[in-house]
Amino acid sequence: MAALLTVENLSIGFGTFDPVVQDVSFSLAPGETLALVGESGSGKTVTCRAVLRILPRNAHIHSGRVVLTCDGKSTDLTTLSERRMRDVRGNQISMIFQEPMRSLSPLHRIGNQVSEVLWLHRRMSESQARKTVLETFERVGFPDPDRAYRSYPFELSGGMRQRAMIAMAMVSKPDLLIADEPTTALDVTTQAQVLGLIKDLQQETGMGLILVTHDLGVVANMAEQVVVMHRGRVMESGAAAPLLKAPAHPYTRQLFEAAPAIPEVIPRPAPAAESDLILEMQAVSKTYTLRAGSAWRPDVEIHACRGVDLALPRGKTLAIVGESGSGKTTAARIALGAELPDPGGAVWFRPAHGDPIAVHDMTRAQRTAFQREAQMVFQDPYSSLSPRMRVLDALTEPLEIHRIGSAAERRDRAADMLRQVGLNADMLQRFPHAFSGGQRQRLSIARAMMLDPSLIVCDEPTSALDVSVQEQILQLLEDIRDRMNLSYLFISHDLAVVARIADEVAVMRQGLVVEQAPPEVLFHDPRHPYTKALIAAQPQPDIDRPINLKLVAAGAGSPETWPEAFRFSASVIPSLTEFEPGHKVRCHV
Amino acid sequence: MMLLRYAIYRFATMLLTLLVVSALIFLIINLPPGDYLSNQIAELRASGQDAGVAKAEFLRHEYALDRPLWEQYMIWVGFMPGPNGFSGLIHGNFGWSFEFDRPVAEIVGESLWLTVLVNLAAVLFVYLVALPLGVLAAARSKTWVDYTSAFVGYLGLATPNFLLALILFYYGHKYFNLPIGGLMDPRFEGQPMTSDKAWSILVHLIVPTFVIGTSGAAAMMQRLRANLLDELGKPYVETAIAKGMSPRRMLTKYPLRMAFNPFVADIGNLLPSMVSGSVLVSVVLGLQTIGPTLLTALKTQDQFLSGFVLMFVALLTLVGTMVSDVLLVLLDPRIRYEGRET
Repeated sequence: MAALLTVENLSIGFGTFDPVVQDVSFSLAPGETLALVGESGSGKTVTCRAVLRILPRNAHIHSGRVVLTCDGKSTDLTTLSERRMRDVRGNQISMIFQEPMRSLSPLHRIGNQVSEVLWLHRRMSESQARKTVLETFERVGFPDPDRAYRSYPFELSGGMRQRAMIAMAMVSKPDLLIADEPTTALDVTTQAQVLGLIKDLQQETGMGLILVTHDLGVVANMAEQVVVMHRGRVMESGAAAPLLKAPAHPYTRQLFEAAPAIPEVIPRPAPAAESDLILEMQAVSKTYTLRAGSAWRPDVEIHACRGVDLALPRGKTLAIVGESGSGKTTAARIALGAELPDPGGAVWFRPAHGDPIAVHDMTRAQRTAFQREAQMVFQDPYSSLSPRMRVLDALTEPLEIHRIGSAAERRDRAADMLRQVGLNADMLQRFPHAFSGGQRQRLSIARAMMLDPSLIVCDEPTSALDVSVQEQILQLLEDIRDRMNLSYLFISHDLAVVARIADEVAVMRQGLVVEQAPPEVLFHDPRHPYTKALIAAQPQPDIDRPINLKLVAAGAGSPETWPEAFRFSASVIPSLTEFEPGHKVRCHV
Repeated sequence: MMLLRYAIYRFATMLLTLLVVSALIFLIINLPPGDYLSNQIAELRASGQDAGVAKAEFLRHEYALDRPLWEQYMIWVGFMPGPNGFSGLIHGNFGWSFEFDRPVAEIVGESLWLTVLVNLAAVLFVYLVALPLGVLAAARSKTWVDYTSAFVGYLGLATPNFLLALILFYYGHKYFNLPIGGLMDPRFEGQPMTSDKAWSILVHLIVPTFVIGTSGAAAMMQRLRANLLDELGKPYVETAIAKGMSPRRMLTKYPLRMAFNPFVADIGNLLPSMVSGSVLVSVVLGLQTIGPTLLTALKTQDQFLSGFVLMFVALLTLVGTMVSDVLLVLLDPRIRYEGRET
């Protein structure tokens, strides 16, 4: 069978610099899925965009051919005129982008933006197009296609927007779909459902699929062919099953080793002395009121946290896991005193020496003392460091605020901290832009450590990083914790990360803790349907363990669809019951 | 429905703002010690013309200038009866100009509408010039089109208006036989509107529009270009290209629509800056707009005249911002649906 798309010796460069993509070749049969795998900077995105010729203005295809074969006719896309290229885009080849939030125009209705493809390529009238689009909307899983047609993008959730993007790409029944990290910005359960949808659609229409991703778990679930890229070159390529089972190239093996997965065996942590709690949250709730904007409509109350009880023993790691909107970040902000809980809730911080501090009710002096003890590491190392401050200034600023030490002492401490996080002391005079993502996150950690705190809140510290770097940062966090007897409150949506670092895991959904247990219990004996869905949705880099979509669908839906024993509604909420020692589940008994 | 409610709400806040502005204007005008009449009385006394003093004293009483400041304000606006009953701004009585010794309404009369006309023409000019040039400069950024339009734009920004006016008058008259100065042929002044008069006004408008509008157009063009370039880098533009849209259609449907917001929001700022900016130009060009009158009134502490002119400029500003706010709501669904549950 003739290949649908053949890429031969493709080289692409920016301006006069060295090419960022060198000599890349692969081919794809009709109906097949090819995964382009690599870390950031590997050239995978540039490669897939070169197929549609939507490269940045200063990027040029130096050499190579991209041949598309449709209905027995072959065309070289690199030499096609711009006019004829437009007929290929969106018609024969369509594309899905990474960020559904920003890839749709906020000022035009979804229906308009999707129908446009048909107006352009099928010359359909508005009403004809509308009919086809509504059918497609139904197919991609919009509960109310009519309403979706009339909606603006900002009225839909991330998952729904990505479905709209998929509908836009599918509505013209293309021969080839290019999906550039289509699920990276989505929650795991949403990711599982969207991947399932793409797969189903592919089977129905027989289109080819190029899937660009950094996630080997996604590859194992989707691909028949794999191309591994690194620094613009193909490291290894071939059929998915043998490649994933026995990677031949050292770089591929390295990727596999770093790939996050929930381990088979999780060592049971030493039980902590129950009495020595560094942080305790008691019945913490947080309600935000959304003003309805008009006098005769009631204000909407959003329960970000509902009756959260958590305890963090000294020297341990407590992880809060949940998807966006679960209330995990609100809980962390309350723990840090950045936000006050609703009346009735209490947060106690117990320093190693001295009196406990009531974080929900601090005086100015107490707040200053508390801030020295509790620090935070943020998610995005690119935006959490000021680009105008040298590393030295960023690191010594906390000491200046708290008036600790002389300038020389501060400088020495900063240099020492850099060594502690695995960087070099001679980097103090640099600006953040001179560092890679992983190095920046090390800087963030160093900054958090400057005041010698005892509690660190880590808000998704690894989710903006490449997998191989992610691994190093987790290692560093573990080392520092053990070396300095730190306690972590660890916020994450990534179960594999949590399985590795946590001593206790609390799963949150809609502001409630639904299940809580040590990781080895939680991951191997989950009781709650939502926990089960989260675990099932986690893509494993193992071709024999595909995502169980049924399990995901059962738990990821609204709490009203859960089995009787776990169901909750606005008025009836089951209590968190100790199911066995150390394993709590929110269910009716 | 929703839009109507917003427009009404916006109108109500505008009236409220106008009220506050009127108080501020009145206060500021009265900040310097004395008023037109007390100055005049002092002057008359010094030169021994007692007959004049009696008239001035009469006017002082007639216009309630002998009362406390807050009462004067209430009477001026029309919330409180003056010596002749209720008769203030809100009743259509704009007061008496002491300097010109005529009612304010009579002095301002025609020049009010000419001011509106000149400035609307200038605003229209700004938009008509800035929109195509800005889009072109962004779409062909870093080519000779971009550089040329930027050069002309900066030239427009940097040339003093009155200089531009003189140059245009000279060459306009020499090559196109355009009239010099004024807003109409002197023989039409004070005459009822006829088609000849309208034509005369139109011909006289050309140079002033150009002079007042150039710098605004240059600034607006650069702003539109920058906005549009920002938008062109956004992912939704890529989506549109990947759909197979032609560059022109893509540009006008998506990024231009987004870049339009600040463009529309500028209407509010544009009006007042043009009115105040055109005062000097009006003096130089001899336009019968409200500008020169305002200048004289402020210099001589002619408080009712200057108060009214300032109120009028404030009204223009507020109407401008209201129009741009309502237009924005119409244009941008994100603003329209704010607070609507999803």
